[in-house]
Amino acid sequence: MTTLTKTEGAPSPTGAGSFLSVRDLHVRFSTEDGIVKAVNNLSFDVERGKTLGIVGESGSGKSVTNLAILGLHNPRSTEITGEITLDGQELTGASEKTMESLRGNKMAMIFQDPLTALSPYYTIGRQIGEPFRKHTGASKREARERAIEMLEKVGIPHPKTRVDDYPHQFSGGMRQRAMIAMALVCDPDLLIADEPTTALDVTVQAQILDLLKDLQQEFGSAIIFITHDLGVIANMADDIMVMYGGRAVERGTTGEVLRAPQHPYTWGLLSSMPRLGGDVSQKLRPIEGTPPSLLNPPSGCPFHPRCEFKDKVPGGVSCTGDRPLLPEGRGAACHLTPEQKRTYFIEQIKPRLG
Amino acid sequence: MFKFLLRRSVGAFVILILISAFTFAMFFAIPQDPALLACGKNCTPQNLAIIHENLGLDKPITAQYWEFMKGVVAGRDFAVGHCDAPCFGVSFNNDQMVWDTIIDRLPLTVSLTVGGLVLFLTLGLGAGMIAARNKGTMIDKTFSSASLVLSSMQIYFLGPIVLGALVYSTGWLSAPKYVPITENPAAWFVGLLIPWFVMSLIFTANYTRMSRSTLIEQMQEDHVRTAKAKGMSERYVFFRYAWRGSLTPIVTILGIDLGALLGGAIVTELTFSLAGVGRLAVDSVLYKDLPLTMGVMLVSAAFILLCNLVVDAVYGFIDPRVRLS
Repeated sequence: MTTLTKTEGAPSPTGAGSFLSVRDLHVRFSTEDGIVKAVNNLSFDVERGKTLGIVGESGSGKSVTNLAILGLHNPRSTEITGEITLDGQELTGASEKTMESLRGNKMAMIFQDPLTALSPYYTIGRQIGEPFRKHTGASKREARERAIEMLEKVGIPHPKTRVDDYPHQFSGGMRQRAMIAMALVCDPDLLIADEPTTALDVTVQAQILDLLKDLQQEFGSAIIFITHDLGVIANMADDIMVMYGGRAVERGTTGEVLRAPQHPYTWGLLSSMPRLGGDVSQKLRPIEGTPPSLLNPPSGCPFHPRCEFKDKVPGGVSCTGDRPLLPEGRGAACHLTPEQKRTYFIEQIKPRLG
Repeated sequence: MFKFLLRRSVGAFVILILISAFTFAMFFAIPQDPALLACGKNCTPQNLAIIHENLGLDKPITAQYWEFMKGVVAGRDFAVGHCDAPCFGVSFNNDQMVWDTIIDRLPLTVSLTVGGLVLFLTLGLGAGMIAARNKGTMIDKTFSSASLVLSSMQIYFLGPIVLGALVYSTGWLSAPKYVPITENPAAWFVGLLIPWFVMSLIFTANYTRMSRSTLIEQMQEDHVRTAKAKGMSERYVFFRYAWRGSLTPIVTILGIDLGALLGGAIVTELTFSLAGVGRLAVDSVLYKDLPLTMGVMLVSAAFILLCNLVVDAVYGFIDPRVRLS
């Protein structure tokens, strides 16, 4: 295991200067069936005021990565190696106490399902006020005032009365707003949004996204936006990182990745997405096969069992044997030559997108 | 809340009437004449007829039932004197008022229940919490297997062993005995120590397993993770979020157990030769004592219904989603 990570160790200059810098992150879970290699050799940076979109299907390691940043894994069954630095502070080896003081304060998370992510037992106001009291030492009354202020900011009508409501008295969209209010209550510098709009209908989704953008402008927070919806990410993100099988397979600015994607998996994602104004006779193309098992990941390129271009790779390298490296900056972890990537995309993939 | 209590009380009342009718009918379904016991060995038909008349057994069953229920509501007059409402009649066996007998036995049963409750709740919930917080470690495994072994024990098995060890062979404690708490609190405490302990061990095991599994389930909940992500301390999250959520199922089981225990912990009382309501229930059936059977049945049923009512009201305090407007 160690030798493997050593040999493939991509050039990873320290992310000095970056607000959040993740270097060579590995997350392993021990389960009864064996060790799940949930995240492998992952490096990325996020700057203040910028949004990084992480895209990938279920089980690609997106959520695990972000839970690792917050240090929310069960330490008994999880092994995290690598470096995570937030504003110069090392997080991977930090004590539980340090992490506690950062969570909800300097870094906060918006969870996927607002129906289950809020406790049914306490009022919205109390749940929003709790981290504020903990991190600023505010009194109960100040926390309540702050909760009302936050509810107003996220657009909940009649915040003065709704603050005493319980989550079950809120609609789904309002609960997600309350979640956002809760995450933002201490003006976090880093906001991790884990599919914050997946459980919501489309109109509410658009409102929530606008809200996040407005709040980012106001607070200048760095945002990590996790989703499997490329339409959402086109709207939100400055940079995109595509993850597959616990690894980053492509990265670049939003324009680069969406307009000139280089990895066959990204092509697949784009081809499987319907477009407004697209040709209706053009069939959507799902990516064949299933996501790889992280207990027993495929050798070489993790995408090779599902890749339709694996035979096109020029001689000398094999997709089944050699793991392609993700270059620093713009690029994709794929053995195809840059010319091939360009031609295949323009000739074969682009027409499918309609 | 008031409406809820009213509705539930009416419901409970109806259930009590149904139980009384059913018990009455069941009693007469026993193919043995209750008067035979009172008649003795040299029973002549004349004697039997006199006893029947004295006990009111010569009337039709419906008339007897009506008499009885009237007595419960309004009181009744007997040869031994007037019986105030709620009157469950006079025992067939010792001519005592059934209500007085039950009132006389109740303090023991209540003492047994309350003491046991304090013990098994403290131990059971405590052990469950410790096991849940240390899930998968040796502590958890020890607690879990101990509770599995204990919960498959029986009071009538464990009781004599403990008695043998602590009373008969070592003489460290005297045999269980009930002394009213008003008379001598220390003697009350010492006298019930062994029954409490044995009874609690078995209940403790159930509550340990129950609170452990619900707590572990709760700790996987999304809202518990959210609380952690807010930076709340592990302790705070455990008690305020996970524990709160695990209360509902525990209170449910507690309500059932409590009602059953107040209605007479029959096995515990018999094992430790204590004369409480449970003992009374057994005796009433053995002696074919209709008024006593009815009295014990209705009092036990009333306890169970009351506990259920309290539990339903408590749900509202625990979980705002079921709070009654």
